[in-house]
Amino acid sequence: MDDIRILQASGLDALIEELRSRGFRVVGPTLRGDAIVTGEIRAASDLPRGKGDSQDAKTYRVRSRGDDAYFGFAAPAQSSKPVFFPAEEVVWRGHRDHDDDGHFTVERDTPDGAPIALLGVRSCDLRAVQIHDRVLAGRSHVDAHYVGRRDGAFVVAVACSDPAASCFCASMGTGPRPATTDPETGASSYDLLLTEILGEDDHHFVMEIGTDAGREVADEIGASMGHPADRDDAVAVTDAAAARQTRAIDTTIVHDVLRASAESPRWEDVASRCLACTNCTLVCPTCFCTTVQDVSDLTGDSAERHRVWDSCFSESFSYIHGGPTRESTKARYRQWITHKLSSWEDQFGMLGCVGCGRCITWCPAGIDITEEAAALGRMSGLAAPAPAT
Amino acid sequence: MSTAAAEPRIADAGDPMVPRRYAITRVRQDTRDTFTLLLDPVNGAPLTFRAGQFTMLHAFGVGEVPISISGDPAAPAPLEHTIRDVGAVTHALVNAHPGTEIGVRGPFGTSWDVDDAADGDVVFVTGGIGLAPLRPAILDVLRERDRYGKVLLLYGSRTPDDILFGNEMHRWADLNDVNVQMTVDNAPYGYTGKVGFVTELIARAGFNPRTSWAFVCGPEVMMRSAASALAGRGVPAPHIRLSMERSMKCGIGLCGHCQLRDLFICVDGPVLDYPRLEPLMSVREL
Repeated sequence: MDDIRILQASGLDALIEELRSRGFRVVGPTLRGDAIVTGEIRAASDLPRGKGDSQDAKTYRVRSRGDDAYFGFAAPAQSSKPVFFPAEEVVWRGHRDHDDDGHFTVERDTPDGAPIALLGVRSCDLRAVQIHDRVLAGRSHVDAHYVGRRDGAFVVAVACSDPAASCFCASMGTGPRPATTDPETGASSYDLLLTEILGEDDHHFVMEIGTDAGREVADEIGASMGHPADRDDAVAVTDAAAARQTRAIDTTIVHDVLRASAESPRWEDVASRCLACTNCTLVCPTCFCTTVQDVSDLTGDSAERHRVWDSCFSESFSYIHGGPTRESTKARYRQWITHKLSSWEDQFGMLGCVGCGRCITWCPAGIDITEEAAALGRMSGLAAPAPAT
Repeated sequence: MSTAAAEPRIADAGDPMVPRRYAITRVRQDTRDTFTLLLDPVNGAPLTFRAGQFTMLHAFGVGEVPISISGDPAAPAPLEHTIRDVGAVTHALVNAHPGTEIGVRGPFGTSWDVDDAADGDVVFVTGGIGLAPLRPAILDVLRERDRYGKVLLLYGSRTPDDILFGNEMHRWADLNDVNVQMTVDNAPYGYTGKVGFVTELIARAGFNPRTSWAFVCGPEVMMRSAASALAGRGVPAPHIRLSMERSMKCGIGLCGHCQLRDLFICVDGPVLDYPRLEPLMSVREL
């Protein structure tokens, strides 16, 4: 669908207004405190204009860019994961009938709310949503609440121009420019793809159309027709962004490296640094493990079953009578990274890491998934040894 | 599911995360700490299930646990679950009065598929409450006893008092031509039965390994050594099936708790064959 448009920066408000008038709740990057997070966007002024970020191992800082870029940051502190897959939600509500000893009724909870338009989603996070489409909505049993929110969502992706030091999407093949289609389903990855072009006295977006709904919106807001050369400009932005990334995972061997590393001495090493704090799993855009909590009122007559995010780093995660099956931190870290970079592929035909770098940024101990994967590669003998220095 | 119309009090019975209501008709004490719950659906048809499958049982306001069905697949009413009183939810379940309603989701997971063993010898190896998930498979075999060769049940328990379904095992031996061998880990003075681990029975048990199928259920350490002993005697590894236990919160492959490397035990298992499990069971804390 080679339909290229130009949206002037001043046209962002029209885009947001058009989405809102179509009934969407628009969510995208916004500045809250000293972090760029995902929140409701009512106008372009809600976007973190002129803000960038510095991210590296255990480092996150928002900085002023000194320009007017709306999307001049890398990965927001939190991904768009909570938009379709909130950290906590009610699965069902039950009531005990007092007149009728021991009886209770159960009502399934159905989330309502406006359909969602994701504005400014990064390529890594968009790929993570596609991975969740497979994990949560493409199985024999599906997460009905996820499907309900995801169906009918509108996606305005924005290609990355300024990656952080923590980013490694280029090596994962997940960015910085999103794939046109979801490789699993063949569906368009986005309705609209924007690439921000910031010149001396020119500030516009190259707008690529992904779906008919996207074209309708583009027509409605009067985005002018572009040329193939504009697309070249957009690709140049992401090519430059990819070239600036310094971290990487070798996806050609990583599945086999992890498979071969179950008894690696590296686990003791990483366990001596890992605090099992669960930060990495909470910021990871693909981590999907959950637990349930039964919340009852003081009388015990009403109870709600909540589905909440869980983490394989907690001791209770693997608990069965008698104790956890993964008691040590080394076993839990091994489970996490092996799932991400190896068994996920066995389960779902794709890796579970999109290279967003958040686990590196938010690890208080500075544990770096790319460094651990590389070390395991060398120790397993599957990767070339580190060059002598 | 057609049950939605028959159950107006449950808004959406088709959602596998929403429990169906069952009434406890009887709680039968089997041993000191083990009880069998008999359940009837409050509305709609009894649950149909295959031997080896499990359900998620919900004690209102307390929580939910995965429990293997222990009843006869050919006689699904009342629904039977045999439960050891080891935690908050199981404690609430076994102490519930008859008439109390509990929530049931499922059935979930894979089956023992004992049919595959037709014409061969069948060896059940189990310990403690591990007999409960195997009981539906044993009943499947006994219903068509003449389709199978020798049938052996090797059973171990901690003490003589912990022997589960003891009367029934004697009945199987007397009436159904089942070679039942029991052993206990610890016995009081004067006990005349066998003392030792159940896996020790495998070496001398009378079956033809080449044509045998083995169905093993018990603590993981016991299953590991039992499967190894069976394979060592020459039972083909794909003919050895084990039922795995892991933490489970959903039963439908979504919560992630039961993962064992690439497996989701709740949907890929709980019954899995030895070639699949052997490399996974040999790594500690995997």
